[in-house]
Amino acid sequence: MTQRGTTASGPLCLAMLVLVWSLWATLGFAAEELRIGFLAPLTGQFAQVGEDMTNGFKMYLEEVGSDFAGARVKFIVEDEQAKPPVGVNKAEKLVLQDKVHLFVGGLLASTGYALAPVSSRHKVLYIASIPASDDLTQRDKEKYPYLIRTGWSSSQPSHPMGQWACEQGYKRIVAIGADYAFGYEVIGGFQKAFEDCGGRIVRKLWPPIGTKDFGPYLPQIKTDVDAVFTLMVGPMTLQFPKQYKAAGLTMPLIGGGTSADEFALPFMGDEAIGYVTPLQYSAALDTPKNAAFVKKYREQFGKVPSYYSESNYTTAQWIHETMKKTGGKWPGAEEFSKVFASITLDTIRGPVRLDEQLNPVQNIYIRKVEKKQLFGYPNDELWNTVIKTYEHVGQYWTYNKAEFLKQPVYSRDFPPCKHCE
Amino acid sequence: MAARSHRPILVALGVLVVLAILAPYSGPFLLRLLMKALVFGILAMSLDLLLGYTGLPSLGQAAYLGMGAYLTAILATRYQIGLGGDFWLVLVLGIVCAALTAALFGLFAMRATGVYFLMITLALGMCVWGLAYRWNALTGGDNGINLPGRPRFGLDLGHDLAFFYVIWGCFVASLGALAVLVHAPFGRSLLGIRESELRMRILGYHTWLHKYLAFVIAGGFGGLAGVLWAHLHGLVSPEDIVLTTSVDALLMVVLGGPGTLVGGGLGAAVVVFLREYLSTKVMWWQYVLGGVYILTILYLPGGLMGIPARLRQRRLQPGQRQEALAVASASIETQPERMGEAP
Repeated sequence: MTQRGTTASGPLCLAMLVLVWSLWATLGFAAEELRIGFLAPLTGQFAQVGEDMTNGFKMYLEEVGSDFAGARVKFIVEDEQAKPPVGVNKAEKLVLQDKVHLFVGGLLASTGYALAPVSSRHKVLYIASIPASDDLTQRDKEKYPYLIRTGWSSSQPSHPMGQWACEQGYKRIVAIGADYAFGYEVIGGFQKAFEDCGGRIVRKLWPPIGTKDFGPYLPQIKTDVDAVFTLMVGPMTLQFPKQYKAAGLTMPLIGGGTSADEFALPFMGDEAIGYVTPLQYSAALDTPKNAAFVKKYREQFGKVPSYYSESNYTTAQWIHETMKKTGGKWPGAEEFSKVFASITLDTIRGPVRLDEQLNPVQNIYIRKVEKKQLFGYPNDELWNTVIKTYEHVGQYWTYNKAEFLKQPVYSRDFPPCKHCE
Repeated sequence: MAARSHRPILVALGVLVVLAILAPYSGPFLLRLLMKALVFGILAMSLDLLLGYTGLPSLGQAAYLGMGAYLTAILATRYQIGLGGDFWLVLVLGIVCAALTAALFGLFAMRATGVYFLMITLALGMCVWGLAYRWNALTGGDNGINLPGRPRFGLDLGHDLAFFYVIWGCFVASLGALAVLVHAPFGRSLLGIRESELRMRILGYHTWLHKYLAFVIAGGFGGLAGVLWAHLHGLVSPEDIVLTTSVDALLMVVLGGPGTLVGGGLGAAVVVFLREYLSTKVMWWQYVLGGVYILTILYLPGGLMGIPARLRQRRLQPGQRQEALAVASASIETQPERMGEAP
């Protein structure tokens, strides 16, 4: 009976809302409107990720009833198909047609590089909630005055991970990662930090993005190394550990954050247990805030949130906090970005603030895949248990910023493989 | 007969003039769509020279767009060339560079016909894509290249409207040049080759050379589209020149009507508007596009440009109708079928 009661109350509430809203509009209390454009891949091989992104943002909007300190949020989602040129087209549409105040999102690092110039061209704010390309907030930041990053830069979690690997006593490591800019930056960051504390990368392998058969690469992984560092994305994530174990390899697996994504964990088997990866978020983060978030998200969307969901939820929260400070008025892109940058936010992933290049300074969690029960869910599931927290990690880690910026951006050949055997 | 074959081009010119007059009054987004449609219109018309007039279905036309676009982007970002009055020089360089690429590729592609031609142009197109994707030092890999801004020389092409007229001019010039070409004896011999290459060879035509030249010219116009595309979009990415773009160009031609030139432009406009505009309205836009393709292929073998001919047939008496149908279908028949009956 109660079941029926709740299902009936949903539409009823909605009808009431519509009624109130239309009354509100006709009475002439039209509140300030904040138009937010959102770009996520809704079709193609990254559609699931795009759904996570959109869900995260929408969930926050629903929690506050799309009311940002008096401004009514108009949320316009466009499908960027995880292709940079399509992203540019859609961003142009959002700016020119919908006249958005700001646009958020994009998935791939390359899409981030493509969207940032659009923001400069039209002097419209762009919040990169997911694209992690290092140079957006490093060497190229001057070109993009209207860019804010709320997610992470690719090498940001890799630096502490290098340190952590040294602490484990690892001396020699083989790296294998997807052959594109994001892969270079994640592995490059790890290599730099790991070699700076005495480790050695003895081989780097670059399978093309989307590789399904790692047969040609597995024999090249030396069996006498201490660990294997991986950087997998998309479908590669599922295939690699399976084939790695099937090939009889037993060295510990460590890797970049996307190698053991929350998004992939439900589809992985026991072969993933023990995988250690760093990221600014873990769904298994043991804080009351996160526990509540995971439960609510799971109830609403039927799956555990990934960092894609968390990052966009947090972005929405951040925009809301900024609007609170401006009194619900849109103050113009420059002013908005200034206020935005001045806020230190207590988010689900922990305390976050922006550095002077508008990249987040945040906790980096070293996470280990474990099979266990969590948050009162009945089944044994794979969770990214946090085993160590590095607090307040910026994009330059412990390095001197000026010196860091003198070196080229991490690439296929940088840092050079000095210890390759 | 000659008057009739000129008529679509004259109508198209009229439509273009109207467009040019109305452009300042259109919204900024609509203007961008128009520009995109015109650029892809040039690409589709260049392909039409091969597909519609010579009977060569190429699946690699995006490669020449890529050559033009990457040349523009690399010159602009590395050497600051093409950002002022030398834009026109880059325009010419883009055409030449793409034509030279086509001249090289043509040596391989012209050895094949039919499905094999399709395959080899596909492979060559993928080579260019592979270069763009893997040659990180030059092309920026999958990040692509962001252009620093549109050229400025007296007038600032950074304004969409100014750039619209540049693109419009290029489109009209391309349409004019290609129209002259296909109505010249050279174009007539291409038609002859499409209908029956063997017969043309027996008549003493050097068919290989004719086909080769058509291939190179089509490449050049593809390069022109590329230069314009780079500045229109502000980003050159390997994603621009994947197989999908070549297939798109092919579909634009088939949709508009092969062997009509204007059809390519029309097809491009329809595809661009359905894709860019409809996709912002509904999630199932792809089905609409797919439906349009299927319906066109099933019911309009002459493409959208074939609609007037179809209507004329309807009005004719049943006796004349058979005859008209025969004429209509002869003009769209493809080469392999004809080849079979030629000996």
